[in-house]
Amino acid sequence: MNIAEKTVDNTISLSQKLYIKNHHRHHHIVTLLRLLILILFLGIWEYAGRMKIIDTFFFSSPSMIAAYFKEMLLDGSFFTHTGITLFETLISFLLITLISMIMATLLWYSKTLSEILEPYLVVLNSLPKSALAPLFIVWLGTGINTIIVAGISVAIFGSIISLYTGFKQVDKEKLKLIYTLGGSRITAFHKVVLPSSIPVILSNMKVNIGLALVGVIIGEFLAARKGLGYLIIYGSQVFKLNMVITSIIILCVIAMGLYQFIQWLEHLYKKKS
Amino acid sequence: MNQTILECKNICFSYHNLNGETKALTNISFQVNKGEFLAIVGPSGCGKSTLLSIIARLLEPESGEIIFHEQENLKIGYMLQQDHLLEWRTIWKNVLLGPEITKTLTKQKEDLALKLLSDYGLIKFKDKKPSELSGGMKQRAALIRTMVMEPGLLLLDEPFSALDYQTRLMVSADIGNIIRASGITAILITHDLSEAISLSDRILVLTKRPATIKNNIPVHLSLSDNSPLAARNAPEFNDLFTLLWKEISDEYCGENC
Repeated sequence: MNIAEKTVDNTISLSQKLYIKNHHRHHHIVTLLRLLILILFLGIWEYAGRMKIIDTFFFSSPSMIAAYFKEMLLDGSFFTHTGITLFETLISFLLITLISMIMATLLWYSKTLSEILEPYLVVLNSLPKSALAPLFIVWLGTGINTIIVAGISVAIFGSIISLYTGFKQVDKEKLKLIYTLGGSRITAFHKVVLPSSIPVILSNMKVNIGLALVGVIIGEFLAARKGLGYLIIYGSQVFKLNMVITSIIILCVIAMGLYQFIQWLEHLYKKKS
Repeated sequence: MNQTILECKNICFSYHNLNGETKALTNISFQVNKGEFLAIVGPSGCGKSTLLSIIARLLEPESGEIIFHEQENLKIGYMLQQDHLLEWRTIWKNVLLGPEITKTLTKQKEDLALKLLSDYGLIKFKDKKPSELSGGMKQRAALIRTMVMEPGLLLLDEPFSALDYQTRLMVSADIGNIIRASGITAILITHDLSEAISLSDRILVLTKRPATIKNNIPVHLSLSDNSPLAARNAPEFNDLFTLLWKEISDEYCGENC
């Protein structure tokens, strides 16, 4: 009995082994090539700088960026600027999520309200939101309020529309089920619409966190004395290109981190359900 | 003994849009007796589901009235075409959805739910998610969800139509037996004539839209075993089927012949 099982196992594992081997090999090659591109890019950049093929005053170089980054770490400016940008982004993101959830719920609840507001939402959503930033400065002054509002303005309208569309797509028969069991429209919302919209809400959050960062950087360009957006604009004005490029790289890492954070939430949710 | 539980009097209903009015039901009148199993058949799109929604008080009739003779607020159970179990809830949480919504979840309700789950062979699947159950089991869970509300009248809106043929035969027999055993009054809407004959005591035939009642056919099958599957072998089955088929196909022919 045991022997028979073993032979069966062995015949399966032979092709399975090959499959796993190929799979890992493919995976390694992809990772290797990814790293190679990065190393080549940094190498050519550094080499071109040292050989004076490019002017490091304008283009900086990996070693100069590393040195500048170390300087930022030592004098603590990394923490203040990154911290403030992160803080503003997270506050914007939370407010976007909160406001758009409330608005989408109201629109779902009242068909008339959604009909009334639809053209306004469409217009506001298609407007380039960066055009609003100067207005916010006049209204709210320079500082953190303006930047958070700028962050909110970029994502809020699209977020309301996509959540509302998601809510509307819930199976009508499931709503009927709640009504046949004696439930109201509010019951239908929290027993059916909300739980079945969680995937939509999570993917909406992924879009929002990226857009909030975009809005915050626009705000910092125009109305800040601190933050990565401020460093980028200030650095470009005084020709400290090390400062600009280092800030951009930090921004890249933040954007990726924030996205991964929501991805992780999504993963947790999927694992639970 | 033949106590009337529900009476529909001259029910009319139309759907409206800007292009005009679509009459769905005209002058529908019938009665249902306590403990009776009534089937309603008719051409597709004739307004059968609309009628059921009106009885369930989900829609207001345009004219006419629905009278519940026994008690004004008769509890009505409704089974939809699909099970619509909520996939993020366990079977246990799904069958208790009704009491949870109406805030009537008591120990006694939980005991009833447990009893129904074990009676219908689902007790082992109590803590499973709906996706782990077969189509027939899901439909049974949906029936338990309805029965936990202890309805005085059960409305079945083509509850087997989403199942494949074999499962459908099994589940309709299964659910038919459960309903018979509980003695509950039921109205079944179906387009499957043999299902109507094998399950019901009486069949109402509706015309095509705007629907009126075309015929009212009592079903008396001479059988010792009253199960829906055995009913298909009753000597009267074929005659009834032919009669029903003629009634329905006349409706289709009205347009095409």
